[in-house]
Amino acid sequence: MSRYLVSSSPHIASSRTTRNIMLDVIIALMPAVIAMVAIFGFYPLLNTLVCVGFCVLFEFLFNLIRKKEQTVGDLSAIVTGIILGLNLPAVVPIYVPVVGALFAIVIAKMLFGGIGRNFANPAISARIFLLLAWTGVMTSFVAPLDWSNLAENNMFFTVSNVFNIKMPDLVTSATPLAHVKEALELGTNPATGINALDMFLGTIGGSAGEVSALAILIGGIYLLIRRVIDWKIPLVYILSTVIFTAIFYSDTGYVGEYVWTYLLGGGLLFGAFFMATDYATSPKSPVAVIIYGIGLGLLTVIIRKFSSMSEGVSYAILLMNIVTPLLDKIKVKPFGGYPAYKNKDFVDASAIKGRALGVWNSKENMLSDLAKGIEEGGTNG
Amino acid sequence: MNKIQINDFLKQKGSIIANGIVTNNPVFRLVLGTCPTLATTSSAINGMGMGLAATFVLVCSNVLISLLRKVIPDKIRIPAFVVIIATFVTLVQMLLQKFIPSLYESLGIFLPLIVVNCIILARAEAFASTNKVFNSALDGLGMGLGFTASLMLIGIIREFFGAGSLFYGSLAGIETGIQIEALADYSLNIFVLPAGGFLVFGLLMALINYLTDLHNKKKELKAEAKKEDALKEGRKEDLHIAFKEADLKEKNDEASIEDKAKADDAKDALKNALSDGTLNTLAGEDR
Repeated sequence: MSRYLVSSSPHIASSRTTRNIMLDVIIALMPAVIAMVAIFGFYPLLNTLVCVGFCVLFEFLFNLIRKKEQTVGDLSAIVTGIILGLNLPAVVPIYVPVVGALFAIVIAKMLFGGIGRNFANPAISARIFLLLAWTGVMTSFVAPLDWSNLAENNMFFTVSNVFNIKMPDLVTSATPLAHVKEALELGTNPATGINALDMFLGTIGGSAGEVSALAILIGGIYLLIRRVIDWKIPLVYILSTVIFTAIFYSDTGYVGEYVWTYLLGGGLLFGAFFMATDYATSPKSPVAVIIYGIGLGLLTVIIRKFSSMSEGVSYAILLMNIVTPLLDKIKVKPFGGYPAYKNKDFVDASAIKGRALGVWNSKENMLSDLAKGIEEGGTNG
Repeated sequence: MNKIQINDFLKQKGSIIANGIVTNNPVFRLVLGTCPTLATTSSAINGMGMGLAATFVLVCSNVLISLLRKVIPDKIRIPAFVVIIATFVTLVQMLLQKFIPSLYESLGIFLPLIVVNCIILARAEAFASTNKVFNSALDGLGMGLGFTASLMLIGIIREFFGAGSLFYGSLAGIETGIQIEALADYSLNIFVLPAGGFLVFGLLMALINYLTDLHNKKKELKAEAKKEDALKEGRKEDLHIAFKEADLKEKNDEASIEDKAKADDAKDALKNALSDGTLNTLAGEDR
């Protein structure tokens, strides 16, 4: 979200602060973290904690060295850390999250001016950086942990695995999407050998926090109820992915199978709820949001079908992040002017401490806020 | 030529070269030739090779264009420049293919593309076509060295992080550089990929802009301090000059009575000013 929104009065006070919103996002990410521990054990949790710790540390150090106001308190570095941790494969050498945190915070976020000024989602940028830097490490996904037979799985904690980039003895497992890609090349049924329930619960290979559709949906619905994210982005993104999958795969004869494997496999749900909805890197006006969502879905399906990679969510989000400033040129008339669109619910509510957020309010909220604003003379913000 | 003249001459020529390397660095200041910059800097040797090839073409084409500047009709100058540049590019290409085939292979299409390199065309248009031969050669040398240095810097960074080596490769059959074995497995492959080129280019540009800003700020502060000093010193200097002139005239015996009187006045004024300290209070009054 942008820190300052330049607009003429009237201004409306809101109790929403960056910190509150980030706290909500952290709460919403907890089901995915719990699912990650249940599926892959404690090692990915350690990775996530390393991510969080170093994200906060790098932001602190950057502000200290550049003599800027400390922004660690707004919790956004913690959110970036958790999302990055959930985006990594379950087992990676321990310095991979450190380098990821360095890239996410210093290069993708702070060098561009800190929170609200980053051109792309820091966690996504860092994930793509790591994917291109250490492709082997970032694409070796382990099979889910067998809790009844932990003795064989204790390799997760050996020193040689933690520090050796080659990661010996790792039992890798193909992700459902890699399986689907193979089926596409062979022309066979993509759903053979894949269990929809496994994919829904998350007992499949994949990035540590992205595998469980159930946990992500719980977190996503929490965010929607708390009105932290714009419901249009995940809805349009997921719907357009489904529609474009149906179009692009119509000649394969297994349209239904492709649709549900693409829906549940990979990072689609996680990306749609937690990464595409980043305030700073997603457009604001309703029309722009719909274009954004359709673009995301189209790019995801194109990359999944035509590129050499089996997954395209992170690239799609990065590319649409870059287009966002253009989409933001599609303007909503300022509050108080003639409505640009039939939906009048969009309110520029400037938050306390000079931090302004675009907040989606219901009509009632808007009116009561407006009344409050008029009482206060409309001068705050 | 006396010493001062030689000094001035060197200073003037040196500033032409320094202009290309620092003040108007083609890569980081003028942002020209970005395509070869990004494409050929995956290793330090490649960057250096590209830079030196371009430098050779730049110097030669600048000299020839400068020689022909009065002959080339204005309306068709760009095609004429391109023909001249293409001649030298073909020369470089043949020489590299014969003597350093490995570099020739790795530069690939970007070697013949030097013909349309923005830096060379820009220098031909902006400098060589209006300046004398020697100055044009120096300008080509400065710009070429600036280009080479920038490419090498980007190349060193990309090669170190992307492949864990420094200047590793072979030039004309001689093995160069070192491969750091411990780093090879841990190298960040992205730095050798095109994405890494953009990343390093952008970060270096940001760093150089930051340093330039810092330098300019310091320079401004210094200039301000100097100005204040100069205001104080100004009065003193004026008096000194008057004194010297008067002294000279006296010695040459050319001075009229008025002049002699003036000289005496100037001497007295300076003496008084220096002795009673009014110099500081007078400072800057008439400026």
